[in-house]
Amino acid sequence: MYLHKEETLSRPQIEALQLERLQWTVKHCMNSPFYKKRFEEAGLTPQDIRSLDDLQRIPFTTKQDLRDNYPYGLASVSMDKVVRLHSSSGTTGNPTVVLHSQRDLDEWANAVARCLHMVGLRPNDVFQNSSGYGMFTGGLGFQYGAERLGMLTVPAAAGNTKRQLKFITDFGTTALHAIPSYVTRMYEVMEEMGIDPRRDTKLRTLVIGAEPHSEEQRRRIEEMMGVKAYNSFGMSEMCGPGVAFECQEQNGLHIWEDYYIVEIIDPETLQPVPEGEVGELVLTTINREAMPLLRYRTRDLTRILPGECPCGRQHKRLDRMKGRSDDMIILKGVNIFPIQIETILMQFKELSTNYLITLQTQDSNDEMIVEVELENLFTDDYARLHSLTREITRQLKDEILVTPYVKLVPKGTLPVAEGKAVRVKDMRKTF
Amino acid sequence: MTIHQLSIFIENKAGTLLRVLELFKEAQIQLVASTIADTVEYGIYRIICSEPSRAYQVLKDAGISVALSDVFAITLDNEPGRAADAVKVLHDAGIGITYMYSFLLGGKGILVFRTDNPELTREAIILNSLSFISEKELV
Repeated sequence: MYLHKEETLSRPQIEALQLERLQWTVKHCMNSPFYKKRFEEAGLTPQDIRSLDDLQRIPFTTKQDLRDNYPYGLASVSMDKVVRLHSSSGTTGNPTVVLHSQRDLDEWANAVARCLHMVGLRPNDVFQNSSGYGMFTGGLGFQYGAERLGMLTVPAAAGNTKRQLKFITDFGTTALHAIPSYVTRMYEVMEEMGIDPRRDTKLRTLVIGAEPHSEEQRRRIEEMMGVKAYNSFGMSEMCGPGVAFECQEQNGLHIWEDYYIVEIIDPETLQPVPEGEVGELVLTTINREAMPLLRYRTRDLTRILPGECPCGRQHKRLDRMKGRSDDMIILKGVNIFPIQIETILMQFKELSTNYLITLQTQDSNDEMIVEVELENLFTDDYARLHSLTREITRQLKDEILVTPYVKLVPKGTLPVAEGKAVRVKDMRKTF
Repeated sequence: MTIHQLSIFIENKAGTLLRVLELFKEAQIQLVASTIADTVEYGIYRIICSEPSRAYQVLKDAGISVALSDVFAITLDNEPGRAADAVKVLHDAGIGITYMYSFLLGGKGILVFRTDNPELTREAIILNSLSFISEKELV
């Protein structure tokens, strides 16, 4: 049932291991010019970290810190020990770089293997990784992890959907990793080609992540593909995939606390939120040598699920990501997350899974347009289409507190992304 | 009494109507009647044509949002007042008309409509001996 003994640790055992690894990490961080300076400025030494509570004395690390010290400023080992780097795109300023030693890559593969084993995958499974390779960590991260578990691993990469489907049928793929919007796209092409995933494929497990999605979207994917779909969470700053993963209970993602220390803070006050409340996820790596990060502000919003998981693992569970604090739309002074809108839209069986949110300025007034695709023409009566539009508008308003302008469009009109789907277009004029 | 009608959901955007009509042209399917209202964002383009089932498949394969459904079609003598007589029959039976359009075919008027109560409509047409048209008489 368990791949690693670390999965079976009790809370006191987890915390003892965390303290030991935190103290090692902090000491080790003093090899990096960045952290050495940070500690000096804060009047802190590694010896001051005597308990897990002392973690809160350490200043936060932000994405901006990674940018400012691009590319090698956070290395805590000499560069001859670094064997790989991954970099995230730099749409605003410098990109960020994450460095890995051979030991880091091994531990990363172990973490991903543990996740995949937890959802029931075994060496006799055929794992197809339909995720971007290259700098995107979902490619190599799952490749090495799935191989570590001993599965036949197909590096299908993203795109060319017909070829993907040929791999699935020819190689007898039983498990697939892809972002949720791409799974939906695959299903559409299956339908066009007359492939029934239940009858014509051996797929039974899907790993979905890297893109916020609602519970409704997961259930829809499970239903159309005839599989169990598990939510994966990771980010390049924390290696990539393998940070947190759902177990077979599908209720929250276990975060591996032998790798990370978890905090949830209020992004405004930077203070810890009360147990169980939503805030920004802050992670400290305690099992990494090339580039450990202390109290890294992930910008992801989530909460810790209270209570124990029936699976028996005592590693804390993160709730499904509520979006990112920097994805947040502020419209007419109201904070809105695209995932809130998606959750509502997914409840309408009349609609397809594609949607597009456009923010624009009309007569110096900001407004939100939500375009949704009709799955099929269920009526030829204008009145029923109008009442559908009204009902969508009403439910969205109840959720996000501003009234969006809902527009029905024919299926196939909205852009289908083969990578991460673009769901929000901000065309507002800024004054 | 009922005939097949195609309903197509189209965006109010340049070229969308033309695209649909060109698909009909390529497939050599003949339009018998069609109607679309001027709305702001989208319209439902309703079509009576030869080979409606094949037309449906052609449009669907082209990725067009289309539905195939039954609508009532009754024939009227080509003289003033006949449409009023027919609609009065429906009105007296308490039937509401959702939409209606008409065209001429072989010297007869054809009235196409959907109502809020198909069962009652069927009954009213039979009880009042309204004459109707079948699909194979259309082309």
